[in-house]
Amino acid sequence: MMNTVDIPNFRMSPVVDQVGVEERVARFTSRSIKKSSKLQALKLALNMIDLTTLEGKDTTGKVKQMCYKAAHMCDQLPGIPTVAAVCVYPNHVRTAKEALIGTGIKVASVATAFPSGNTTREVKLADVRFAVDEGADEIDMVISRGEFLEGNYSFVFDEISAIKEACSSSRLKVILETGELSTLDNIRRASDIAIYAGADFIKTSTGKIQPAATMPVTLVMLQAIKDYYYKTGKMVGMKPAGGISSSKLAIHYLVMVHETLGERWLTNEWFRFGASSLANDILMQIAKEKSGTYQGKDYFSND
Amino acid sequence: MNKIETSEKTSTNLSFFKEWKYAPAPESKDHIQLKKQYGLFINGEFVSPTSKRYFDTINPATEEKIAEIAEADEKDVDLAVNAAAKAYNNVWKKMPGKERAKYIYRIARMIQERAREFAVIESMDGGKPIRESRDIDIPLAANHFFYYAGWADKLNYAFPNRNPQPIGVAGQIIPWNFPLLMAAWKIAPALATGNTVVLKPAETTSLTALKLAEIIAESRLPDGVVNIVTGFGKTGAAIVNHPKVNKVAFTGSTDVGKIIQKAIAGTSKRVTLELGGKAANIVFDDAPIDQAVEGIVNGIFFNQGHVCCAGSRLLVQEGVADIVIRKLKDRMETLIVGDPLDKNTDIGAINSKEQLLKIQDYIKIGINEGAELHQSSCSLPNKGFFCKPTLFLNTSQSHRLVQEEIFGPVLTVQTFRTVEEAIEKANNIPYGLSAGVWTDKGSKIFNLTTKMRAGVVWANTYNKFDPTSPFGGYKESGFGREGGLHGLLPYLSL
Repeated sequence: MMNTVDIPNFRMSPVVDQVGVEERVARFTSRSIKKSSKLQALKLALNMIDLTTLEGKDTTGKVKQMCYKAAHMCDQLPGIPTVAAVCVYPNHVRTAKEALIGTGIKVASVATAFPSGNTTREVKLADVRFAVDEGADEIDMVISRGEFLEGNYSFVFDEISAIKEACSSSRLKVILETGELSTLDNIRRASDIAIYAGADFIKTSTGKIQPAATMPVTLVMLQAIKDYYYKTGKMVGMKPAGGISSSKLAIHYLVMVHETLGERWLTNEWFRFGASSLANDILMQIAKEKSGTYQGKDYFSND
Repeated sequence: MNKIETSEKTSTNLSFFKEWKYAPAPESKDHIQLKKQYGLFINGEFVSPTSKRYFDTINPATEEKIAEIAEADEKDVDLAVNAAAKAYNNVWKKMPGKERAKYIYRIARMIQERAREFAVIESMDGGKPIRESRDIDIPLAANHFFYYAGWADKLNYAFPNRNPQPIGVAGQIIPWNFPLLMAAWKIAPALATGNTVVLKPAETTSLTALKLAEIIAESRLPDGVVNIVTGFGKTGAAIVNHPKVNKVAFTGSTDVGKIIQKAIAGTSKRVTLELGGKAANIVFDDAPIDQAVEGIVNGIFFNQGHVCCAGSRLLVQEGVADIVIRKLKDRMETLIVGDPLDKNTDIGAINSKEQLLKIQDYIKIGINEGAELHQSSCSLPNKGFFCKPTLFLNTSQSHRLVQEEIFGPVLTVQTFRTVEEAIEKANNIPYGLSAGVWTDKGSKIFNLTTKMRAGVVWANTYNKFDPTSPFGGYKESGFGREGGLHGLLPYLSL
């Protein structure tokens, strides 16, 4: 049986009050997460990380080293989970895939002329198909922000649908690049477009534009996910990326996800952090929870 | 304790706090200093009551005794009023405004310095969550002193060519919902305008007023300018009826407000009354819904609903009623009810057993009236006075539950179709203290604010307070304004 969902008019997306969003976020950040609940959150956050390298100077060697780290976050500490995935450019997918065999860690690849997305649909589709053929489990695409800001919502919608099709069984994360969308109303609208066009995840940022992920932006996106879930019963994942580098902030995000969408989203199937320096800060905090003292950052490997 | 049948079912399959519970994060009590017994603060010092009677103040979250509080009788009140009258005539009314201001500033700074201690005591004595006493009550109380300190030497600019003069002794009676904050609302403008004060805190929440008395003593405010007497309704009556009291300021229930107004009829006493409320919080279909839901929660569950301006009647436009109610029910599942001193607590203890019984009575009334009850599925502590966040759906203007002030975490939900209907329902109530409007359209906001018979109308927010903004009611919610320039008027003769 086919389940059909009416495509809404995106010009009628729910409106957002920025002051109210910021106040709600302030409440999340005032939660005090201590002791066992903190340790639980730290491990969860670590297990939600997409360990990322997206640089022009990326090499096979760099990607291999990062993959080893992904599977061996801190062998000195027992019971430490791995990260969820590594995130690389398409030409490094095969390297990562081979390096991670048997670890259960996913390989995510950015595609669609990341980070600007300024090219033709054909090139974007080819970029996605290449990454999928190389073995990418997840595709992180960027939306055409120029078209969005011109009001061509159908263009953006159709492009995401086409890319979703090209992903075949790989999961699609849609990067809105919220730092370029300027208002929370726009971010809500772009979230709705991405979700209805077939996104498995919506993601804030490429990491190449400031501001990257912020809590207010993420909250608006979580609310879009919630409204879609209310309407259809289908879950969509969320990935804030860029700028989340401390454990404390990561825990604030988890509190926000928890109190907005509930606990079913508190797994790496439905929530990810796009981050690289966050991992070691979490390890430092976990070590501190166990030993009672902070260690220097040279006690945690950096790949 | 009476048990109420509650529905354990929640509206959706979202799940909260099952796998990941927040560990207790209690605020430390180590740094607070409390005496076992408190006397009356009269003429600059703590004295034993001539009544020789004391009563216990308890922690409503644990039902344990915290301290003994003196019960002032007529003789004690007489001593306090005479001290205030003497200080007024000999010192305070003659002192230049800029000198008065220095004392008021000093009190403000001392509250800030001891903010943490005040916050903990406020939560212990009154049951409100530490997050609120720490982030709202105490900082706002300090801000009121700062704000009115600024006016003390500028009264001639506030009321040009009117030669503003103080009135004399102000008898002030305050409620238990915002103990220190209400003391600040009363004392700060009185001192700034050159009046002296006899203040009575509510019997369940005397402690922070008495701690304020300690600060006032340390601040070297001249003896007798502020006197704080504790006790019950009889003590309050003695203040109201004392012939040397020139001005009465009361915040509390409408019933007591009416008694006060009768008592002073035929005297030259001036009076301001800030009484009950039953505010409409109106959500239109073009509102930012997620933020409106937050506003509804903040409107009714802030301070356990012990707020005279609480948004206790939700009016929601029919097109969005289902989604608003669904979101509201889910949001209620994330409210943490429990130990007021835990930093994660959203809803603390009901202030007293008496108040809890009153709220439970109203819940029974609502059930008997046929309204649909919904409560959050949280569990309540075994000891202490607690009430689950509660909704009553499918209510109409004719339900008692909709007409009467409950003063607890109980929200009634009504729907409406048109703007006119919303305005009519909002105004069709004996009270008129506050209202909330949620819409994305500015013109709709301005239309409503001009037609709402309420002293405060919040647009796309709720329960926001600021010393610069006047606060007060229409109809049975009282008269006179506190806060802002308007808050000076009740304490001046022009």
